[in-house]
Amino acid sequence: MIPIKTKEMLLIQRSAEKTKPNYRKWKDRLFQASLWGAMSVCAVLTFSLIVYVAIKAVPNINLDFLLGQPSYIEDTIGILPAILNTLYLLLGPLLFVVPLGVGAAIYLNEYCKSARLVSLIEYTSDILSGIPSIVYGLVGMLFFCQFFNLQTSILAGALTLVIMNIPTIMKTTRESLKTVPNSYREGARALGAGKWKTIHTVVLKSCRSGMITGILLTVGRILGESAALLLTAGFAQVLNPIYEGMFSSGASLSVAMYVFAKERGEFDVAFGIAGILLILTLIISVAAQILEARTKER
Amino acid sequence: MMNPVLQAKGLDLWYGDHQALHSISLDIFEKTVVALIGPSGCGKSTFLKTLNRMNDLVDSVRVEGDVLYESHDIFDPILDVNDLRKEIGMVFQKPNPFPMSIYDNIAYGPRIHGIKNKRVLDQIVEQALKDAALWDEVHDRLKKSALSLSGGQQQRLCIARALAIQPKVLLMDEPTSALDPISTAKIEELIDQLKTKYTIVIVTHNMQQAMRIADQTAFFLMGELIEFNDTQELFLRPQDPRTSDYVNGRFG
Repeated sequence: MIPIKTKEMLLIQRSAEKTKPNYRKWKDRLFQASLWGAMSVCAVLTFSLIVYVAIKAVPNINLDFLLGQPSYIEDTIGILPAILNTLYLLLGPLLFVVPLGVGAAIYLNEYCKSARLVSLIEYTSDILSGIPSIVYGLVGMLFFCQFFNLQTSILAGALTLVIMNIPTIMKTTRESLKTVPNSYREGARALGAGKWKTIHTVVLKSCRSGMITGILLTVGRILGESAALLLTAGFAQVLNPIYEGMFSSGASLSVAMYVFAKERGEFDVAFGIAGILLILTLIISVAAQILEARTKER
Repeated sequence: MMNPVLQAKGLDLWYGDHQALHSISLDIFEKTVVALIGPSGCGKSTFLKTLNRMNDLVDSVRVEGDVLYESHDIFDPILDVNDLRKEIGMVFQKPNPFPMSIYDNIAYGPRIHGIKNKRVLDQIVEQALKDAALWDEVHDRLKKSALSLSGGQQQRLCIARALAIQPKVLLMDEPTSALDPISTAKIEELIDQLKTKYTIVIVTHNMQQAMRIADQTAFFLMGELIEFNDTQELFLRPQDPRTSDYVNGRFG
């Protein structure tokens, strides 16, 4: 009896298809077209922005620009101080943020037995990572610059960046730790590996690419940071020896760009800096892709 | 008669308030294959995981009674649990190769136990793969990811990985339940070869498998060891009516 039923059903289905074939086809086309529209608006916007910045930037980037420093007396303009400040403000915080954030994430995911503590910390760090950076700037200004009397300095800026980025690193690391199947941990423990040995030989290895992505996100965030640094690291663009430099005010590339564009009206210079930032971001994302591909190969 | 390699004496185990094992006593002798059978949740896997203290990883687990490995108490606080697990290897239900090369998977155990010499490692890897009947299939791609192997090959890789640290006992937790019949047959054949060198304790859902490979079989029910006997005896002449019901497929 069953074959007849199926036959009937097929007939019903076919007649249904006959009554509204056009409607379905058009609906499908409409959706495809609108999705294509959304894609092209996004693509044109990003692409034209990059092209615009590049066109404006290229004529301004030359060796004098890259290796000089701005001086009212000699009437020179250069971004070497800003480049160095950016380097300090990038590497300094990373040196602290990565071990702290990664360490905390490992503890929370692998060692901590209190589910309440984990969810409390996770919840707070979620909130912290959503706070606008200028709030961190304000806190950093009051706490580091004034309370610890560091004045407006690279060091104060770097410390503010440390606090600002710990939640991000912690969260991305923990997310990638969560993706490691428990069977890896069991397998290693059953072979007689201790807990820490298991973590650093199996767990961390298998979530390396996720962790690297998190670190690169932080790098990008620091490169683009201006609000928090305006309040804590200041605007100065002078070449200083490293040690003195740490304790004196210094502008990162993003802050320098703000100064040139908003306070000095030097839009060419601002676009030059924008071009440099664009190139740096490009390098970072390419590096991220290469690293990810290499870790996957293994 | 020789001493048993593993000996459970009045072993009780609780997960929180729930008692999962009730006074289990069982002797396992050298170079035999012992199958643990019983319906789901009967405690056979729990018992297996107690033998190399993998249950330590579960919070809220509490154990009373003794398990002796070569006459040493495995719960003795002086004993390093990692040394115990070096002696008593384990293969899991689902193949769990690490996301590394085939070579690094096998070398993992020897490396964490301090072997660094490349030539020694090469030898160990080759021997372990040969013992697990995998060498012929993978010897020309040792640097390839272990995840590229088929499910059955992955499970034999996991067996090779466990063999590489030269354990005396091999615990297997339903090692073929995630595999197809051909891979299962290969692993059963392998177990038959391995028992000349190792003592094997295997949990299985499959009674035919227990009959095919095990010298002795233990039947668990609701956390109790109901019957433990030579496999033939247990299946053909069960002493306890519950065993008889189970092996004749009346429940489970």
